[in-house]
Amino acid sequence: MITLANISKTFNVARRAKGAGAAFKSLFRREYNYIKALDGISFHIGEGEIVGYIGPNGAGKSTSIKVMSGILVPDGGECEILGYTPWKDRRKFVGNIGVVFGQRTQLWWDVPIADSFDLLRDIYAIPADAYKRSLDMLADALDLGAFINTPLRQVSLGQRMRAEIAASLLHNPKILFLDEPTIGLDAVSKLAVRQFIKTINAERKLTVILTTHDMNDIEALTNRVILIGKGRILHDGSMAKIKHKFDSYRTLTVTFAPHDAPVHIANADIISWGCERAVYRLDISRTNISAALASLGSELNILDMISESPPVEEIIAGLYKEHGI
Amino acid sequence: MKPYIALFRMRMIAGMQYRAAAWAGAATQFFWGLIFIMIYSAFYRSSAVEPPMRWNQLATYIWLQQMFLFIVMIWAQDNELLRHVTDGNVAYELCRPYDLFKIWCARLLAFRLSSSFLRFLPILIIAFLLPAQYKMSPPVSLGAAGLFLISLSLGLLIVTAVSMFIYILTIITLSPVGSRLIISVAADFLMGAVIPIPLMPASLQRVLDWFPFRYISDLPFRIYSGSIAGGDALFQMGVQVAWIIGLFMLGRLSFNKVMRRVVIQGG
Repeated sequence: MITLANISKTFNVARRAKGAGAAFKSLFRREYNYIKALDGISFHIGEGEIVGYIGPNGAGKSTSIKVMSGILVPDGGECEILGYTPWKDRRKFVGNIGVVFGQRTQLWWDVPIADSFDLLRDIYAIPADAYKRSLDMLADALDLGAFINTPLRQVSLGQRMRAEIAASLLHNPKILFLDEPTIGLDAVSKLAVRQFIKTINAERKLTVILTTHDMNDIEALTNRVILIGKGRILHDGSMAKIKHKFDSYRTLTVTFAPHDAPVHIANADIISWGCERAVYRLDISRTNISAALASLGSELNILDMISESPPVEEIIAGLYKEHGI
Repeated sequence: MKPYIALFRMRMIAGMQYRAAAWAGAATQFFWGLIFIMIYSAFYRSSAVEPPMRWNQLATYIWLQQMFLFIVMIWAQDNELLRHVTDGNVAYELCRPYDLFKIWCARLLAFRLSSSFLRFLPILIIAFLLPAQYKMSPPVSLGAAGLFLISLSLGLLIVTAVSMFIYILTIITLSPVGSRLIISVAADFLMGAVIPIPLMPASLQRVLDWFPFRYISDLPFRIYSGSIAGGDALFQMGVQVAWIIGLFMLGRLSFNKVMRRVVIQGG
């Protein structure tokens, strides 16, 4: 459905040293830095998949979304989506995709949201009955009823984002690109957006490509993660695999009957020690929970314990660090 | 054709929302018109030679200029569209199944018409009710009125085609300030918005005939007041059409060229 082969894109960014002298010099001669935003990206995405696209700021996520949605022309490589090359057959191609850029808006600022939707109906030439069905379904699922006749400038960010997502799906596209759809949203709105993406993916067999910095989005929505850094793909596979690879320790919190002297155990660091509560970091490549509990139990009267895997954020940070990005 | 008409309608709705701004705008233009007329009346009274424009023709020229300000002035531009270009929102427009050049043309036309709709009527009524000294005159004949409307519409197309270059330059420089200022200051003078063209020296007038700007407002206004009529008027309207074709073709070429290397930064 979506196939990218060896896509690359370089941007030239004007460079100059600081200060007035350099500024004056740059009037006559400019120097450029060449930044490889994409350096040979290849992957394949099948119909009905949800793919999480992650990477630090400036890794090339948005650039590849823009290539796939026909906005940018890459310097090299092949891209075939639904049988089209996005930047060559732009006008025919874009009728099949929906796009949400979380940091921008596609709705009109001054007019009620419903008017913006009607405009999209005319732009995509959606037949009246299909439009009505689509709109009813989206308004219902995203709970737009309360503010659909309000001008965009008067709705909250969470409401706006729900309207943006509805706007991108009115023409019943086959692929949905979501570029940071949960940016700046509160917990309730995030949950609503995630739930909706899941539902629509299941109901319409919609293919979803999602970029985000919020790992909870990824965990809630998808199993396949493409990690991109410095314009290259560093990992393409399940979240579980990444987790497994970087899952090198457990945080073990124990509560016990008062005990003054800290208890040291093998292959574990004490992160904090109080007279009734201690936190250990276990190196699970060299020990395991039951061994740790056994040695703790021999010295302490354990009342309770919690064992936690490292948070996804930390895993991802570890991953970025390992790849030097 | 439907998306272009739909967008035109949408821009009209959005443009007509700000009624207070329209009333304030009408008042401003009314006072501008009065000030211009008073200045010229001082010149006319102290002039020893026969001026090249009759007084009532000049007053009418000034009132027409104020009335159709948003149709004829290059500095009047769709700020929202310029903002879309500079902040990258144009990314969305690139993922729509339409021709962006045509959409922008529809949008600019709607912007100019919606801005004028709310302003021209109050000025028109007041300008006719003023004392004889300052008053606007009706068109010299019914035929002149018809030609005036056609020629003003053609002028609107020229101003839209010229405006397109401001947007194209903004795509490259990412700031509308420079291109807008340079083009609009030059155009203001060359189209006769600073000094009506009939009052300029004959040699300068001959030079201005070779630029598109005079055909935006000077020609329709003079057809209205009868100082250009008959075959001459028809010939100059032909020149308008030629400029429209030429400018739109050039605009289209530059637009396509710029769009191929567009970069949307950030986010």
